[in-house]
Amino acid sequence: MTEHCVTTPLTDDVIMTFRAGDTVTITGHIFGLRDATLIRMFDQKAPIPADLSGSVCLHTAPGIKMVGNHYVKVSIGTTTSTRMNRFTMGLMEQGVKAIAGKGGLLEDSTQILAERHAVYLGLVGGTAASETMQIESIEEVWWPDLLPECLWKFRVRNFGPLIVGIDAYGTNLYLQNKSRAVERARTFCF
Amino acid sequence: MTNNTWSTDRYDTVADAIAKLYVKALKDMPPDVRDALTKAEQRETVKMGRTVLSTIQQNIAVADQQNLLICQDTGTPVYFIEVGERSGVNPVQLERAIRHGTVQATVTHPLRSSVVSPITRINNQNNTGYRVPVIHWEFVPDRDDVQVVIVPKGSGSENMTYFRMLLPADGVQGIKRFVLDSVVGSGGNPCPPVIVGVGIGGSSDLCMLLAKKAIIRPCGQPNPSPEVAGLENELLEAINASGLGPMGLGGLTTALAVHVEYAATHISQNPVAVNIQCWAARRGRLTVKNDGDITIGF
Ligand code: SF4
Repeated sequence: MTEHCVTTPLTDDVIMTFRAGDTVTITGHIFGLRDATLIRMFDQKAPIPADLSGSVCLHTAPGIKMVGNHYVKVSIGTTTSTRMNRFTMGLMEQGVKAIAGKGGLLEDSTQILAERHAVYLGLVGGTAASETMQIESIEEVWWPDLLPECLWKFRVRNFGPLIVGIDAYGTNLYLQNKSRAVERARTFCF
Repeated sequence: MTNNTWSTDRYDTVADAIAKLYVKALKDMPPDVRDALTKAEQRETVKMGRTVLSTIQQNIAVADQQNLLICQDTGTPVYFIEVGERSGVNPVQLERAIRHGTVQATVTHPLRSSVVSPITRINNQNNTGYRVPVIHWEFVPDRDDVQVVIVPKGSGSENMTYFRMLLPADGVQGIKRFVLDSVVGSGGNPCPPVIVGVGIGGSSDLCMLLAKKAIIRPCGQPNPSPEVAGLENELLEAINASGLGPMGLGGLTTALAVHVEYAATHISQNPVAVNIQCWAARRGRLTVKNDGDITIGF
């Protein structure tokens, strides 16, 4: 288990050093998005207002408050990624290098990530207090009508630890561990 | 015997208290859940499980120190109300106060509004909507207080909800199998280690309600019936034997507790429901005594 400290944007070279089970801490920028954002991007085919190449995209819908016309963080955490599994290819086509969230992605996404030299970074779900402290500011917000499911750009310092849940070599810790657990449960005798 | 009808003022006071209760529930983990998480961390031997559990502990400490929400999901506001026979409360006015308190907390803190119309997906930005907050009533003989428990129910765990009309011939064995498969099949989605709420019997609607009611019990408190408590233990052991572990990444603790609630059912039915509560098992309790004294707890 290696601990990586990286700065965004991420390159293929950096991504290929990540192995499933490693931990990663990020400094720089991450984008926030989730269900409604991705539906607007890829189902409704709205022009994407930000350059996502080399980026980390976090599945999130922050709690915020308005101070003047600035968005100020109240609570920023993560949400279940499997709901957004079908948007993995779309994000890859935008050059996204890491999808972050909780709960992992499915088999087809695992393959897509490997083909595109990208990874899935798992947060510990529910740990928004820590993550909120690691997010320095909300720098940009697009599609405010979707609040809280806007497209967000956060500046982060030492954001993590994130667990490499799916690496670019096709290893998916979530699915591996779950299928072992399902098998054990199947053969459990009451 | 007193039978003081609540004054109009009291509903305003309760609305303010509900607003406080909602925010407190989102920030302050119940002591029983803290204990269960600490015990889980102490006994964890798998490295990944330990990493996840210590990150959770750290997060609870940060929330305490910085006065932050534990998790960003403000949840669906679900309230369980117990009305004592001699409380003198007017349920219509209490329901209105609860709705006001929910809006007030959301707007003044402010909190993320997590509630939308399922048809238009429009968000009122105040955590309420048609028929939400969800409010369940129970009427209790021989008591003169009112208790309101809020559960801001996170969606990662709520999405992992299961129901089946099993057959009488499937027996309790079938129920155990269904619960085990449901919890393990949910993987890391509901943010394990979880509290598993199980409803058994009743009609389909009651069965689901019982599963939800089960998760508001203090973590690990057994069902008063020894038989049912035995079933809870057996299920907990089976779920944890799967090794699914914290966040579904492997470890000894997948569930902190299994709580079962049951009701009588029809001769030709064997209903079972599973409602999962994440490790961020937030809840708050408001007690309004007949003399107007209000306390906030868990
Ligand atoms: S499932 Fe619970 S802990 Fe996880 S993100 Fe949702 S509310 Fe938070």
